[in-house]
Order: sequence, then C-alpha cells, then structure tokens
Amino acid sequence: MAQFSAEKLNKVNEIIARYPAGKQKSALIPVLHIAQEEFGGWLSAETMDYVASILKIEPIEVYEVATFYSMYNLKPVGKYVFEVCQTGPCMINGSDDIIDYIKNKLGIKVGETTADGLFTLKTVECLGACGYAPMMQLGKHYREHLTKEKIDAIIEECERNAVTNN
Amino acid sequence: MGRKLLLEKAHVPGIRNYDVYRREGGYRSVEKALKTMSPDQVTEEVKKSGLRGRGGAGFPAGMKWSFLAKPEGVPRYLVCNADESEPGTFKDRYLMEFIPHLLVEGLIVASFALGSNRTFIYIRGEYAWIVDILEQAIAEAKNNGWLGKNILGSGFDCEIYVQRGAGAYICGEETALIESLEGKRGNPRIKPPFPAVKGLWDCPTVVNNVETIAAVVPILNIGGDEYAKIGVGKSTGTKLISACGNINKPGVYEIDMTISVEEFIYSDEYCGGIANGKRLKACIPGGSSVPILPANLLLKTAKGENRIMNYESLSDGGFATGTMMGSGGFIVLDEDQCVVRHTLTLARFYRHESCGQCSPCREGTGWMEKILKNIEYGKGKKSDIDLLWDIQRKIEGNTICPLGDAAAWPVAAAIRHFRDEFEWHVQYPNAAQN
Ligand SMILES: NC(=O)C1=CN([C@@H]2O[C@H](COP(=O)(O)OP(=O)(O)OC[C@H]3O[C@@H](n4cnc5c(N)ncnc54)[C@H](O)[C@@H]3O)[C@@H](O)[C@H]2O)C=CC1
Ligand SMILES: Cc1cc2nc3c(=O)[nH]c(=O)nc-3n(C[C@H](O)[C@H](O)[C@H](O)COP(=O)(O)O)c2cc1C
Ligand code: SF4
Ligand code: FES
Repeated sequence: MAQFSAEKLNKVNEIIARYPAGKQKSALIPVLHIAQEEFGGWLSAETMDYVASILKIEPIEVYEVATFYSMYNLKPVGKYVFEVCQTGPCMINGSDDIIDYIKNKLGIKVGETTADGLFTLKTVECLGACGYAPMMQLGKHYREHLTKEKIDAIIEECERNAVTNN
Repeated sequence: MGRKLLLEKAHVPGIRNYDVYRREGGYRSVEKALKTMSPDQVTEEVKKSGLRGRGGAGFPAGMKWSFLAKPEGVPRYLVCNADESEPGTFKDRYLMEFIPHLLVEGLIVASFALGSNRTFIYIRGEYAWIVDILEQAIAEAKNNGWLGKNILGSGFDCEIYVQRGAGAYICGEETALIESLEGKRGNPRIKPPFPAVKGLWDCPTVVNNVETIAAVVPILNIGGDEYAKIGVGKSTGTKLISACGNINKPGVYEIDMTISVEEFIYSDEYCGGIANGKRLKACIPGGSSVPILPANLLLKTAKGENRIMNYESLSDGGFATGTMMGSGGFIVLDEDQCVVRHTLTLARFYRHESCGQCSPCREGTGWMEKILKNIEYGKGKKSDIDLLWDIQRKIEGNTICPLGDAAAWPVAAAIRHFRDEFEWHVQYPNAAQN
C-alpha cells in the first residue's frame, strides 16, 4: 500500500501540532489535499483508510468529508484538469464559448478525460476571479482572461510538459 | 480622489516582502497596541471607529469583540474568514495576494485584543498559491519578532496558521467554517449560540472577514475617532469593492462610502463606464445573493436622490426598490445580457452549494434551477413564473443558515424587476436559448 514519504509525514505532523492535543481531526482537510497530490490526483478508498489511520479516526469520518468537498476527486482524473468557471460573471464574459471550444478541441464532454489520460474537463462554480473572466483553474494556479488562442497555447504547454516530465 | 487606507501601499514595488512593508510603516500598529495599550483599549478603539464586518452582514466589529465570552482557563480563538466564495467577490484575494502583511499585522493586533494565542486563517482551497504567499508573510513576521512567544516583551504569545478549505461555498458561513476547521463536513450550526460564546472546539471564537481584520491596522494608526469621520452615518471608513461584468475596468477599488453609484460606474477612477459603448441594464451591487436592480433604481433611490455606495443608501427602499451592500461584489450587466440566463447560473450555483441539511433549501434550490432552465430553454409555461415566486418565498426564513435566503433573493428580485423578460421567454420559446 502507498505510504507518505518521510518528508510528507513530517508535514502532516507539523499540521497536527497546530491544534490542541486531541484535536488532530482538524488536520483532515489539509491532509487529504496532500494525499490527493501524492497518490495520483485522486482519493481511493485505500488512500482514505490510510489517512484515517494516520489521524486515528474512523474511515467513515474521512469518507464523509471527502464526498462533501468538491476539490477531492473520488475517481481518477487526467494529468491536467481544466476547471472552467461557469457562474454568472464568467458567463456574461463568454465562458460558454470557452467551454464549447475546449470540448471540441479535446473531443470530450464535461466530466470526461481524453483517451490518452492527459486532459479532464470540468465545470466549476465561481472561483473568486470574476473580474478576470472568463477563467479556469489548472493545478495550483488560475488562468484568466481566457480566449480561444490562450486555450490553444495552454493545451500545447501541457502537452509539452507531459513529454518532458515522462 | 477618495481616501485610501488599505490599498494605499498596494502598488509600492516589493510590498509583499517584509523589509519593504516595514520600511513603509508596517507593523506600527502592533508596536502601539502591544507596548502602549491594554487588550480592552484596542477593542474600544475598534468600537469607536464604527467599523462594520466586511464579510457581508455588516455587524459592528468592536461590538462583536466585546461580546466574546471570557471564562477562566478556556482558550479563545480568532478565525479569519478568507473563504470568499460569493460570486462577484474577489476583494479579499486582492488584499492577500498583493499586501499580505497588512492582514498578518491586523491579525496580530486583533489576536492581542481578543486573547487568541492560536489564530487561524481559513482560506478557500482554490486560492492555493495565496496560501504560499500568506505562509511566507507569516514566517517573515515571526523571524522579525512579531509572532511567537512573548511578542515585544509584552507577555503575549501568538501563532497564525493558514488552513485550506476544499471547495464548498457554505464554508464561508461562520459556523460551517468552524465545522470544517474541526475536520468535518461544512454543515452550519444553529445560532445562537453565536461563535463568540461557543465556537471552535466549543471555545469562544471571533470570526472576522479578511478586510475587517485589515481595517484594524489603519484604525489603530489614525485612531478610531478619526476613522469614524470618513464616510457617512453608520458607513464609516473605506470599503473594498470588487467590480466585474460588462465594464471597462474590472478590478478591486477602495472607496470611501460617500461616492454615488453613478460615479463609481462611470468615472475613469473606478469602473470606467460600460464596455463597448453599451448601456447599463442592471447591477447586483453586493455579491450574487443580494437583489438585482434595474439601472433606474440602481442610480436613484425611490425618492429620486442619487444612490450612494454605502450600507444605508444601497438598502434604501427595502427589497421593493433597493438592494444591499453585502460583500461588495459589484456585478454589472449591459443591455445585451439576459436576466433569466444570469439568474439561472446563480440558481445552479446555490443548488450546487446547498449543504442539504434543510429541506426547503435542498429541494427548493433544485426546483428553482429546474424551472429556470425550462424557461430559459423555451420549455416554460406562464404559470412557472408564479411557481418560481412561490418556491422562493417558501425558502426564505425557513432554514438553518442564510444560504436559503441567499438563493431565494436573486430569483425574487429578478422576477420583481424583470418579469416581462420571463414572460417574453415563455411567449417566444423559439427565440430563447436552445
Ligand atoms: N463574503 C462572501 O463571500 C459572502 C458573504 N455573505 C454575507 O453573509 C451574510 C450573512 O452572514 P451571517 O454570518 O449569517 O450573518 P449574521 O447577521 O448572523 O452575523 C454577522 C456576524 O455578527 C455576529 N453576531 C450577530 N449577532 C451576534 C450576537 N448577538 N452576539 C455575538 N455575535 C453576533 C455573528 O456571529 C457573525 O459573525 C450575508 O448578509 C451576506 O452578505 C454571504 C455569502 C458569501
Ligand atoms: C452562505 C454564506 C456564505 C458566507 N461566506 C462568507 C465568506 O466567504 N467570507 C466572509 O467573510 N463571510 C462570509 N459569510 C458571513 C459569515 O458568516 C460571517 O458573518 C463573517 O465572516 C463575519 O465576519 P465580519 O463580521 O468581519 O464580516 C457567509 C455567510 C453565509 C450565510
Ligand atoms: S439553508 Fe441550505 S446551506 Fe444552510 S444549513 Fe440549510 S440546507 Fe444547509
Ligand atoms: S464567476 Fe467565474 S470566477 Fe466568479
């Protein structure tokens, strides 16, 4: 079974130390973020059980949380996940066209992953970037003021990175 | 030019770094508080300032601080609400991203006033890169003696930690936020008890918005009385407005709350007018949950006076002809925008974000989205408009937390002011979206 590296375990213990004794459950959400990053971009039942054992809580307490928060993936996703905002302010600035463009270009529907496992397309609700619309989240960062040309460039950039990282 | 208290230094090159921030006068308020004042004196200063909570509800900050229960031997906590997830709102992000030390400085002073030795910033999970910026600022503050044990020899200990959420609008509601910080689903608790009595790990807790905490710095620097002189009535000080939609200059602006809505939209100092030479149709001035207003009601109150960008003036006329200041998320729609479609996206948002605890909210948000979708896509009936009106009325006031109201109000206001547009969609289904 996959386990955290010593470095990540240190990080986890550092987080637990932020809370009073016995309140280690508070570390659950941050630790699930680390687990998702470490173990392939999603949370398997095995991963969640592992997190439960580290925090000394019941597995069900982890499942409850993992299913509530939209940033946790409960099934595998592509290497690059395009999370395009579709709420009001982004919509009036053209997010529908951006979503259609990505669908056509990648040949997938919302929620799907390309056959090569490289890209997943998701729609999300307001990400707090309404003044820089239309926008999407890609990994840790936001891509803002999106245009079709920018989408082309982002896709090329991901494809290039995927080759150099392999 | 309005007075700038929060963003005055935001454009100084390198202000994100401690040395530059300090050189520009940063951390003076911590020196003043910890070396020359008692915690109660700091609270008194905030009371005098008239500062109201900038998270949206506008509750007086000094009063909230003085309500904090102080039982012997029980820790107290300050939690900074950086969840910022109300559509149209991106002001806290701007503050944290560009001038993070202002928040850290405010948090140290506020922690001192409240007696919080462990202070948390709960930030929405998507702002992942801002976590790094904040943690860097906190580390710099600590290395320079502003955090840790016995700060400035005052005997006061304090640590600040950043906690990332994981994508749930409801976690901006303060009791849901506390649940989330305890490692649980973000299900709001019934209030009262307010967090000031029973909050994080059942201990007395103050939850304040990022901007509220940042405002404590200028309040200490210039004094509460001086701060209260800026603005009018109960709208004291300056307010950050995040402006978006069909305007020439979207962005975050600091205003003093005496300027008119018209000036805010059309002057070059702020929004710079409607984009592409179009006309103003409507605006949601305080984040997606406050009522939308058509241009005529937005610019003038029912009495025919200029509407001003402050708490009282924006809500003048109640929901019949007014709206709310809310979180300051200012969304502008030009003449080409479809109110039905825009309202549909908001209804979808609230359906997605309902925590599901109360049936009026859980079921009602689903129904509102479904009916709006039918109307927008040319499958609506005239009776659907009345049905929609009924559903929103049944949600309002019947739920544990105000997310239910927040979902109901946009729909109600859209029907109230733009009923003809809904009727048009029903009458000409082929012209609607398909
Ligand atoms: N900034 C954003 O992204 C968003 C902001 N909001 C805003 O949130 C507002 C609703 O927030 P709520 O916290 O439900 O409002 P509220 O009116 O219940 O409370 C406001 C604050 O005052 C405190 N308070 C009120 N009475 C108190 C008492 N007697 N003793 C001690 N403390 C007391 C509460 O604990 C809270 O911190 C809405 O008006 C909306 O504008 C809503 C969604 C998102
Ligand atoms: C559904 C919902 C979402 C909220 N989201 C936020 C938020 O993202 N940020 C915020 O500061 N307050 C938010 N609030 C308001 C908080 O409950 C609380 O009033 C606020 O954090 C108190 O801080 P303040 O007094 O400094 O404004 C929300 C309230 C509700 C009902
Ligand atoms: S009103 Fe909605 S979001 Fe709030 S507690 Fe009830 S179901 Fe949850
Ligand atoms: S509506 Fe898209 S970021 Fe706010």
